[in-house]
Amino acid sequence: MASKIVTFTLNGRRIEVLVKPLTTVQTLLRDQLGLTSTKAGCKQGGCGSCTVLVNGDPMMSCLLPVEDVQGQEVTTLEGITPTPGLHIIQEVFYENFAIQCGYCTPGMIMVSKALLDRNPHPGREEIIDALTGNYCRCTGYEPIIQAIEEAARRMNGNGN
Amino acid sequence: MTEEKLNVVGQSVLRRDGLGHVTGKTIFIDDINFPDMLHLKMVRSPLPHALIKGIDFTKAEKVPGFIQALTHEDVPKNIYTILCLIGVGPDEEPVLAEDKVLYKGEQIAAIVAETEDAAMEAVSKVKIDFEELPTVYDVEEALKPGTPVLKHWGTNHFVYEGHHCRRVRFGDVDKGFDESDHIIEGRYQTSPVEHAPSETTGCVARPEPDGRITVYTNTQALFFTMDNTALILGVPFQKLHFVGGTVGGGFGGKVDVIVEPIAALAAMKTGRPVKYKFTREEEMRVSSSRGAWRIYFKDGVTKDGRILARKITTYADAGAYNRHTPYAVTKHAANIAGPYNIPNVWIDAYCVYTNRQPSSAMRGFGVTPASFALEVQMDKIAETVGMDPWAIRFINAYRNGDMKPHQKVVEDATLIEVMQAAAELVGYELPEKFKKMSSLNREEA
Repeated sequence: MASKIVTFTLNGRRIEVLVKPLTTVQTLLRDQLGLTSTKAGCKQGGCGSCTVLVNGDPMMSCLLPVEDVQGQEVTTLEGITPTPGLHIIQEVFYENFAIQCGYCTPGMIMVSKALLDRNPHPGREEIIDALTGNYCRCTGYEPIIQAIEEAARRMNGNGN
Repeated sequence: MTEEKLNVVGQSVLRRDGLGHVTGKTIFIDDINFPDMLHLKMVRSPLPHALIKGIDFTKAEKVPGFIQALTHEDVPKNIYTILCLIGVGPDEEPVLAEDKVLYKGEQIAAIVAETEDAAMEAVSKVKIDFEELPTVYDVEEALKPGTPVLKHWGTNHFVYEGHHCRRVRFGDVDKGFDESDHIIEGRYQTSPVEHAPSETTGCVARPEPDGRITVYTNTQALFFTMDNTALILGVPFQKLHFVGGTVGGGFGGKVDVIVEPIAALAAMKTGRPVKYKFTREEEMRVSSSRGAWRIYFKDGVTKDGRILARKITTYADAGAYNRHTPYAVTKHAANIAGPYNIPNVWIDAYCVYTNRQPSSAMRGFGVTPASFALEVQMDKIAETVGMDPWAIRFINAYRNGDMKPHQKVVEDATLIEVMQAAAELVGYELPEKFKKMSSLNREEA
């Protein structure tokens, strides 16, 4: 099958890409565009390390054909990292040691971003629920949950 | 002593790699790509035990993008064992299988191609003629006469300085059993566990203009891997430059030397960078796991809870090859009697080969299954004798100056203090005599 041109918004910028049918957003980002913050832990929708936002919703980019994001807005970790500095969520992950090997971190941060954009005051259960699809094999879930709680406080102006 | 101001101890220090992790700028192996990079994929055995009668690459070679196939004949020193660096032998694992395979998924031939897809397609077109052999999957079956023998030295167990297993002999267990009021036996079985790191095992090997090979790898054992790779490739150590330190989860699963030698060889043969990275399926099904252990306890205990004799026979399922299991068994043997002062101990710890995926290091290195079996057994003793499980452990706890079964004097006992702290944390009120105990000395009887 012939390659197709797909147009969409990536990190706020409109781009046009040429992809073979069924190329995933993960493969496009990592191999074609060199945006490697999106990880490839399993390539089968099992680990969440490749989570990106599509119109603000978290999606596993390894299961997402590029054709499906035609005309949509895609955001990766590169897209939420300010220059210079860090996004509040990145700041709290860093300061609260919500990172160990770092491989699941980009996916965790993208899921947190989607959650906090939708729900600025999530309860602990809602945070746990949002992280269900994301796997941290270093089993650092507790500091991650606490970091998201802290991010919510800071984003709402109640942080220290 | 002057008081020094400490800058790190007692402070919360932010991680050096933290900024890379939260911005996604940390470079993991799969993030490393070179414009002329090739991909290596492995032809693996579909059978757990078989003779290889022939390999046919004809159809694989026709796949667009195919570059080269490598077999054992291309590997300068094909048979190795990782722990040769600390004197463990003999060599017994092939980098690429020669005339037979011992487990399902064993590496037989490497295919190097322009793209990952082309490499996978070529792998699927390699034809191998096998003659299936009978298999053995159970550690005790493996040691019985008439079972298929897997190793060239004629047994299904590792040989420890001429002995069938790692042995510990301390005191006289039969005498201890005679003097005991209770004989308490237990059989414990653990399952294999996959480390399942978020990032799968992998490396990129790149030939440099000066003739060296740079290997970017996510190994947990950089120098160990470099030295083994040099021995396998038959090159001086300084010909290799290993770059590592960033590991997307390891837990012991990335200490074996599997991907680097063959990727480096492929880079040397093709003159181009080569990436060899496990798929998630390979990580689950082929990479080393924590081994399964079978552990038999026989304890002689007095009616007031003193353990007088402990006899243990324990079997590690190494799977098809050594990897780190011979060492894990030694650590296991040193720890399986527990942090207890027992006058008579007898241990036989076997490193057994079966047709399973090789097992190796994982958090605790043979000690974790020992602790599991041991502490369940301690609870069983408490129940049989009719004592509090805390009491059984305080009564038998070793102290500094005691002799351990493997003939080392205890110098750093902390069991009593740890139990005292644990009791306080869980709100358990210990009797005064246990609160007063210390690892530093033994109170008057």
